[in-house]
Order: sequence, then structure tokens, then C-alpha cells
Amino acid sequence: MSPTDSSSPGSVPRSVRPYVVLTGNPNCGKTTLFNALTGLRAKVGNYPGVTVERKEGELQGAAQNIRVLDLPGTYSLSPQSLDEQVARDVLFHRLPEVPSPALVIVVVDASNLQRNLYFATQVIELGYPTVIALNMVDVATDNGVSIQTEQLSLALGVPVHPIVASSGVGVLELTRSIAARAVQPPSPSTPRLFCELPRNYGLEAEKLTEALSQSFPETRYQALAEALLILSDERIVQSSPRRYSPALLAQVAAARQRLESQGVDWRSVPIEARYARVSAIEQMVSTCAPIHGDSTTDKIDRVVTDRVWGLVIFVAIMALIFQGIFSLAETPKAWIEWGVESMGRWVSRQMPPGPLNELIELGVFKGAGAVAVFLPQICLLFFFIGLLEDTGYMARAAFLMDRLMSKVGLHGKSFIPMLSSFACAIPGIMASRTIESPKDRLVTILVAPLMSCSARLPVYTLLIAACIPRVRVAGVLELPGLVMLAMYLLGVIVALAMAWLFKKTLLKGPTPMLILELPPYKRPLLRVVLRHMWDRSRLFLRRAGTVILGINILLWFLASYPKDRAAESAFEQRLALAKAAPAAAGVSTQERDAAFEQLRKEEAGRRLRESFAGRLGRGIEPLIRPLGFDWKIGIGIIASFAAREVFVSTMSLVYNVGELDRDSDAGLQTLAQKLQEQKAADGGAQFRPRIALALMVFYVFALQCVSTVAIVRRETNTWRWPLFQWVYMGALAWGFAFLTYRIAPWFGLS
Amino acid sequence: MATDLQPLSALAPGGHAVVADVRLAPESRGRLLEMGLLVGTPIELVRFAPLGDPVEIKIRGYHLSLRRQDADQILVRPR
Repeated sequence: MSPTDSSSPGSVPRSVRPYVVLTGNPNCGKTTLFNALTGLRAKVGNYPGVTVERKEGELQGAAQNIRVLDLPGTYSLSPQSLDEQVARDVLFHRLPEVPSPALVIVVVDASNLQRNLYFATQVIELGYPTVIALNMVDVATDNGVSIQTEQLSLALGVPVHPIVASSGVGVLELTRSIAARAVQPPSPSTPRLFCELPRNYGLEAEKLTEALSQSFPETRYQALAEALLILSDERIVQSSPRRYSPALLAQVAAARQRLESQGVDWRSVPIEARYARVSAIEQMVSTCAPIHGDSTTDKIDRVVTDRVWGLVIFVAIMALIFQGIFSLAETPKAWIEWGVESMGRWVSRQMPPGPLNELIELGVFKGAGAVAVFLPQICLLFFFIGLLEDTGYMARAAFLMDRLMSKVGLHGKSFIPMLSSFACAIPGIMASRTIESPKDRLVTILVAPLMSCSARLPVYTLLIAACIPRVRVAGVLELPGLVMLAMYLLGVIVALAMAWLFKKTLLKGPTPMLILELPPYKRPLLRVVLRHMWDRSRLFLRRAGTVILGINILLWFLASYPKDRAAESAFEQRLALAKAAPAAAGVSTQERDAAFEQLRKEEAGRRLRESFAGRLGRGIEPLIRPLGFDWKIGIGIIASFAAREVFVSTMSLVYNVGELDRDSDAGLQTLAQKLQEQKAADGGAQFRPRIALALMVFYVFALQCVSTVAIVRRETNTWRWPLFQWVYMGALAWGFAFLTYRIAPWFGLS
Repeated sequence: MATDLQPLSALAPGGHAVVADVRLAPESRGRLLEMGLLVGTPIELVRFAPLGDPVEIKIRGYHLSLRRQDADQILVRPR
């Protein structure tokens, strides 16, 4: 058999390592089992062309190499989301890069047997060698349910292994069983069917099976399962548009019409038949001792979804997470910045001075630092999200927030990404992966950066300190604080309005039904949560990190070139002259140092003003003039495209204040003072309150962050959406800044 | 008897019933059926969310939540 021939189910080419696929319902403990089976090392990535997480590991404790692929959680083979579609495509062997599995492991939640068996029987019908991992038998026992695994195995016709994935009970036996079966020679056969269909339905299914096996001889063993799916669900055809010929589709339509004329509901009959069989199996194999009183989950839910306490607890948890991402990340962020910068300085000292040296220190290391500073926030957010998901609270959060979010056409699950975006839009956008509907997810991604992230804070702080007078409003409130609050609120309100608008226009479509499972609470497993956090962070570093690094190098180039040799040598001469001046002329060493420092700052300012970025700043002046901004602010806007907080350090370069220590308040105060002193052409103050306000409003809306653009590109798999986002946010920024500049004088801010 | 039927959302929290009819559009009904919400299935309305919507129900031993407007279209026979 040639390595490329992996056609019929179960026929894995002997020359490649056997492939085992892990599948099951959401919340069945599949990820925990995957971790238990494969240990700590797993390859995490995306399926080509879609942002569905692909996880692959190696079976631990087996004599030979066996690859395990963890499929996204799935309720049925009729996909409702991108995740489920990928799982379906792998199981139907439609993805060219995933070979036909040698064995399928279906994880079944023993405490939720009927619905889990619904999917398990669908998978068994596909005809692959199959093993059932009957998980959470401990929870079932606690619920008073005991399951005879031998009986279940007989009823399903496949081996059943009772396990508790979280504590490792039964995992060893399961591993042995997988290792033994994955290398067995395949013996494909027409699989059994788990739904007894009415006669007329059965006949139509048979005819369609015949046609399918002729069109696709390589999947003839799955033809019956496929026939049932395409007959009973119109979405199947939509989600695989190129697979079926018009003739076949016509045949399906005709069959449906015939059934309809006989009064048969072709949609529900196979589902009902399967549930009938599955409940019969459940009754046969399990005994249920009724437990009196409420389960732990019921007790917790009575408080956590209570009318008053539920909301109080929710707000407290969200405040904790938000505060955590905001403040806990600060220290590691400072360490990372310091570490990367000192490394850059060290490397640059080892090299002769010159353009390459500057590129490495200021381009590469600064760029790498720009990537790495996001890590603490991303790690923290995904730690919290992992914790919420693993305990089962995430579903409750969506349950609580759905009412609010549905007002703007979104889903309860959009709440977490939006909230996280207050700290940083990057983890927020990455968190939107939990939203099933692609349109809802896109809308969430599009509006998330409108939340004022932590990088806007230095910009607001600087401008407020420099330009907003400290007057009291209504006796108790101070204007600076009010302005800060207004900026945050402005972002939220416009984000919700834009979400509503996008759902009404651009991403129109029926609001998908909310069908949200509320799984039982469970004790979170630290290793599962940490693993989730680590996988996500690595994905960020590898995928978005490279783009962010590249654009940062470009921006460094724009801000440092072209070099003016004549001006530079003039500066060197002045410096040398100042150094050579006799120290005895009544000038103290401190004054001398201060003079040197001043010279250096002026030189740095000159370089930036005359660089490409400086010229661009001048170039865009006509565009920003109506907002009251001059070319110096233009330079700040151009340079801060790397990241918003760069605006502050750029302003300090432009105004010859020198490099700012980012965390020092004193530096910020000096700069604020400097800004206050700036005179406009007419002799008045340059940074008047209305200009500062317009500038802040500009920063509320403008997508001044390459990292966000890079991550949106990653998560939407096209440049179209990040470009659209950049343009629409830019238009909002200009429009609102213009309005602010015009309207502010009415309120006495000139 | 058809007169016994009422929308799922009209049950009081803690009320038990049996599903009698799922009147949602055929295209959107599929997933609900696959989740086991079929005619004849015993169902319990557990609670309404703190903001009044969605509702939490219990079927086949597990908990599910639906928006009220969809729950209105599911007719049940109280027990």
C-alpha cells in the first residue's frame, strides 16, 4: 500500500505512525483525558484556513509511536459551528492533511449518558475501529447511577473502558487497549445502525446510500451514515458545498418531498429513532438509585444564579479578573521590559557601532520587547478563563449576561472578550474563540479594541495632567477624573452601538438560537488550566509575535532614517567643543553634564523630526489640522502606531525632553509642563484643553496598535477584516475628534 | 388534549412537564432535537436568569439554557 492511499476507513498506511482520534461532547472531560494520555508535550496550532485549535500529542506508555489528535467538542455530526465542522470533516476523512484514523476514541460522560451516547452511536456508525472511554464514572456513582460496562459494550458492539480522567483511574488500561488496537490490521465492514427507521424512510436512505457509494467508492463504508445525515439535515449540504453533485442534491430533494407527502418529518425521524434506541440502551445497562436532596451543582447554582447574589458574585469575579490582569501583570511586564532592553544593550556593546548595531538594539530587541510585554496579560487572562471554563462558571457567566448582550445582537459569551479588552485587546480578541457563531465572533473582534486598554492610560494621563484644569464640577468631582471616566465610557458606548450596527448591516443574519449547556460544577485541575494558558500563550508568541516584531522593526527604521551626516557631525563638534571648554570657568560638573544632556536631547529630537516618521507627521498635517493637531502631534500619531503608549515617549523626543522612564511620574510631570509651555503660532498655548480633549478622543477610537492588527489578521485569517477595522476606527477617531474640537468651546474649554 | 398545552416559559420555576410540540422554524429546530428535546421528553423548568432571560431547563438529566422567545415556541403538557 502506498503512503498516500489511506482511503477506506480504518485502513491506515503501514508506513506512517498510526493516528488515533479523540472525540466527544463538550464538557465530557475530553481535554483532561487528552492530557492524561499524551503527557505534557503537545503540538498546538490551527487547522489550515480556519481558526480552530488543532491539538496533537503522542500516546504515553505505548511501545510504538502513536499520534493522538484531539478534536473540538461536538454534540453531533451535523455541525453548528466551525469547531464542529472540523470535527465532522476529520471523522469523515475530508481534510487532506489529516490521515484516516486507525482508531477513534469516543469520550462518553457517564453522568450524562443519553446525550453522549447519541453522538457516540453516530461515530460508531462511521465504521472505524472504535473504543468508548466512559469518563466520570465517579460523578455518575455520586448521582446514584451505576453502569454495567460489559453490557454497554455488548449493546454498542465496541469495547468500553470506565475511567476517571481527572484522577487517572483506568487511563492505563485505556492506553493499553488503544496501543493494541491502533496497530491491528483494519477490517472494514458495513457498520451497524443505531436507529430503527420507519420503512419508507429506510428505503429512501438505502437508495441514497447506493448513490453515495457509487459517487464516493473510497468512503463506501460510511455511505449509510452519510446518507442519513444529508437526508435529515439541510445544513450538511451547506457546510460542504463542493462535495455533492447537482444530480445527487436533486435526488435528496426528491426523497425529502416523497417523505413529506407521506407525512414524514424527515428532519426529526432519525433523531427520534436514535434517541429511542439510546434510551433503551441506557435503561438496559444502568441502574439508577434515586438520590434525595439536591446535588452540589444545584446548591451552588441556587446562589450563583440568584437574582441578587448571582449578579453580586458575577460583578465581584469580573472585577477580580479585570483588576488581576491590570495590576498583577505590571511587575512581570516591567521585568520583561528591563530584561529585554538590558539584553539588547549588552549585545550592542559586543558589536562595533553602526547601523547593524542600532538595528539589533533598537529594532530587533525593542520589537521583541514589544511582543514579550503582552505575555503577562495574556497568561493571566487565559489562566482566569481556563479556571472559569474548567469549573463550569463560564457557562453561568454567559447565562447571566446573555440578556444584556442580546440587546445589541450578541451572545452572552461575548462579554468576557469585551471585558478583557479593557486590559488589552489582544488577549480579548484571542478569547473570542469561545464564541461559536462566526458572525458574532467577528463582531466581537471588530468592536473589542474600542474598549480603552491599559496602553491608552499613559496617553490620557499625560494629556489630562498637561491640559485639563483642576476645577471642581458640581462641588465634589474634579474635572480631570471626570474626563478620564468620560473616555472609558465613550469607548464602551460606541463599542455597543457599533456592535448593534454591524449586526444590523454588515454581518446581518438570523440571530442563532442560544442553546447553552450548563455543565455540573467541578473542582478545577491546575494542570489543565496551566496547560491551556501555556498553549494559548505559545500560539500568540509564534503567530502574532513574528508580525509584531516585523512591523516594529519597520517603525524603528521610519523613525531613525534618513540620517543627516552633516547635522550629525555638527552635533559631534558641538559636543566635543562643550567637553573641551575649560572646566574652571565657574561651571560646576553638574551644570556641564546637564548641558551635555540638553545637547543630546536636542539631537535626538532633531533626528526624529527629520526622519521619515517626522516627514510623514508633516505630511499628514493637512489631514489633522481640522482637529487642531499640528505636525508634532502628527509625529506622535505616526510613531504610536507601534503601540499607543509610544505616543508619550515620542512627544518627549519631539519636545527635547529626552527618553522618558515609562514608570516615573516625575518624567511625565516634566513632559506635561513642557507641553503646557508650548506656544502656538498665534502666541497662545499650543496644548489648549480642546486640543487635548480632541487628541484623547482620537486615541479612544483610533486603532493605533500594530499588535491588534496582527492578531486580528491571525484570528480572521484575512487582511480584509483588520484593514476594515483600521479604517472604520480611524474614521470614528477623526469624526469624534473633530466634533470634540468644535463642541468643546461651547462648554468653556477653549 | 390540546387545551392542556402551554408554552414552556409559562411554567413556574421548579415546574415539571412533558414536551408536546416544538414550534420553532424547522431550520433552527435541528440542534434542539439533537440535544434530546423531543416530543414526549420530560422537562423541568429550573429557573429564569437574574435578568429574566434566558431560562434554564433540565432534560435527560442535564441542564440547558434557552432564550425566552424560543422557549415560548416549545409547548408542554404540565405534570
